[in-house]
Amino acid sequence: MKFARDTWLIFQRQTQLLLRNPVWVFVGVFQPVMYLLLFAPLLKPALNAPTQAEAYKIFVPGLLVLLAIFGGLFQGFGLIAELRAGVIERSRVTPISRLALLLGRSLRDVVSLIVQAVIITLLALLFDLRVFIGDLLLAYLMLALIALMTSAVSYGVALKVKSEDALAPLMNTVAQPVLLLSGILLPLTFAPGWLQGIANWNPFSWAVDGTRSLFAGDLGSDKVWQGLSITAVLAALGVYWAARQFARSVR
Amino acid sequence: MIETRGLRKSFRSRAGRETKTVDAVRGVDLDVAKGEIFGFLGPNGAGKTTTLRMLATLIEPDGGEATIAGADLRKDPAEVRRRIGYVPQGGSTWDESTAREELVLHARMYGISKADAQRRAARALDAFQLTEYADRKCKTYSGGQRRRVEIALGIIHEPKIVFLDEPTTGLDPQSRAHMWDEIRRLRSDGMTVFITTHYLDEADALCDRIAIMDNGEVVAEGTPAELKREISGDVVLVGLDLAATPQAAQALDGEPYVNKLETADEGGLRLYVDEGATAIPQVLRRLDHAGLELRSIELHRPSLDDVFLTKTGRSLRES
Ligand SMILES: Nc1ncnc2c1ncn2[C@@H]1O[C@H](COP(=O)(O)OP(=O)(O)OP(=O)(O)O)[C@@H](O)[C@H]1O
Ligand SMILES: [Mg+2]
Repeated sequence: MKFARDTWLIFQRQTQLLLRNPVWVFVGVFQPVMYLLLFAPLLKPALNAPTQAEAYKIFVPGLLVLLAIFGGLFQGFGLIAELRAGVIERSRVTPISRLALLLGRSLRDVVSLIVQAVIITLLALLFDLRVFIGDLLLAYLMLALIALMTSAVSYGVALKVKSEDALAPLMNTVAQPVLLLSGILLPLTFAPGWLQGIANWNPFSWAVDGTRSLFAGDLGSDKVWQGLSITAVLAALGVYWAARQFARSVR
Repeated sequence: MIETRGLRKSFRSRAGRETKTVDAVRGVDLDVAKGEIFGFLGPNGAGKTTTLRMLATLIEPDGGEATIAGADLRKDPAEVRRRIGYVPQGGSTWDESTAREELVLHARMYGISKADAQRRAARALDAFQLTEYADRKCKTYSGGQRRRVEIALGIIHEPKIVFLDEPTTGLDPQSRAHMWDEIRRLRSDGMTVFITTHYLDEADALCDRIAIMDNGEVVAEGTPAELKREISGDVVLVGLDLAATPQAAQALDGEPYVNKLETADEGGLRLYVDEGATAIPQVLRRLDHAGLELRSIELHRPSLDDVFLTKTGRSLRES
């Protein structure tokens, strides 16, 4: 009860501050729209898809997972600013739940990601993308778990390194191979065997495959439950670890 | 209210290849009574903030124990948190929020209901004369206004004890005087106030009791008056012509109120006495009686800096 209340308190505060910053809202909505409008037209020929709708079925889930990863990974920067302002220390002297300090922030990131995802899905509908609502909701769950994991890890790392200068290269180094080896932008169906072998070790690759299956309406595919379980376990681990960083000494 | 025994903390820091250990706090024993303003005086790096952060449950001590407002620091940090307020040295407000928002949020982090939090925020804004700026973003505040918001944050939940880390550093003399009044008001509301400072006059004027800290250790503890009395009593400086000095020395030597007498090379005497105010008239009478003319007379009361000097061999003004 107290935990839920504490989480809601932090979530409210963080959301309020986010909405107060018009630049963030603008970027958050505009960036994905740009991807969809400017990048997607190249896809049909590139993917060798029979129709534009088919191309979107492959591209949109990839784009959404991409947003989930990146939306989360760079949240740590805001936390470092809060650390510097003394806001985290001020929170830690109160009896508020340490897990709530993390989860309130991560949930804000999850909700803003889902809002972006909804905007993109609606736009894609205009381009003849068709997906069952049940499948779509499961895909959103997958995205939420990914964003929860990446944002929690980003907060945890931020509390450990405590400086933007260290966080930026670290997150970039993590993000790049993860991105290239997940088949996010282009599926790995045509990749050579060794590349697919490596990709099997990349949890995001499983997440992307699962999300694609959902968009393809293939709910029964093993990839769906595999992707969901992997991301759920990783999200739980990420949250557990990051919450411990909040409980430990800061500075 | 606060009782610590052997509180210790060291930090490991890396400089290049080498790992260095800094013993920031090395065994601190303190006893702070209910309803007093307790001052922690010491130069930069003495370990004041580190001690406070341990008492506020922000970092774990390496050794020792503490009871704070009846709760055990090591066994029940959550209960300690409920009973204390803490205002950090480096600020604690967020640029993009307003003072009112910060106060309401902070109260609610203590589990206070929204309506009650809003009432408390309004009252605190009023008490700290912030109502006029309450709904402006914190980044627009002056240093003094911001400091007042931070102190209001520290006491919004009416803690039994509030820790203020250098509450007046960076304030102009007038704002400092205001801040002192506000801190005294907290005491009159029954709160125990624990402040750190490196201003001698602040420790002297504001604090009921002080502990002088240097290099991770408490080197002296007591009321400012006790500490000063402990070292030497007062000094009376008697200004005389060089020629008259030996005679005057003869006349005053052996007087019951003079503990010790020194002659200055350029003429004049230094008399070490217990109570300067009562010694001066007697000195005047004695010299008048001996027909000696004196040029000036001056009373020098020991300052906390003299205390620091005798305890550490350094002056606080220099360190
Ligand atoms: N996190 C840390 N890592 C390494 N060393 C630290 C850390 N925190 C404090 N120290 C060291 O511990 C010593 C005591 O620092 P502390 O901040 O307690 O001093 P202070 O009395 O508050 O000084 P000031 O008046 O400058 O605020 C200093 O030498 C400082 O460099
Ligand atoms: Mg300090």
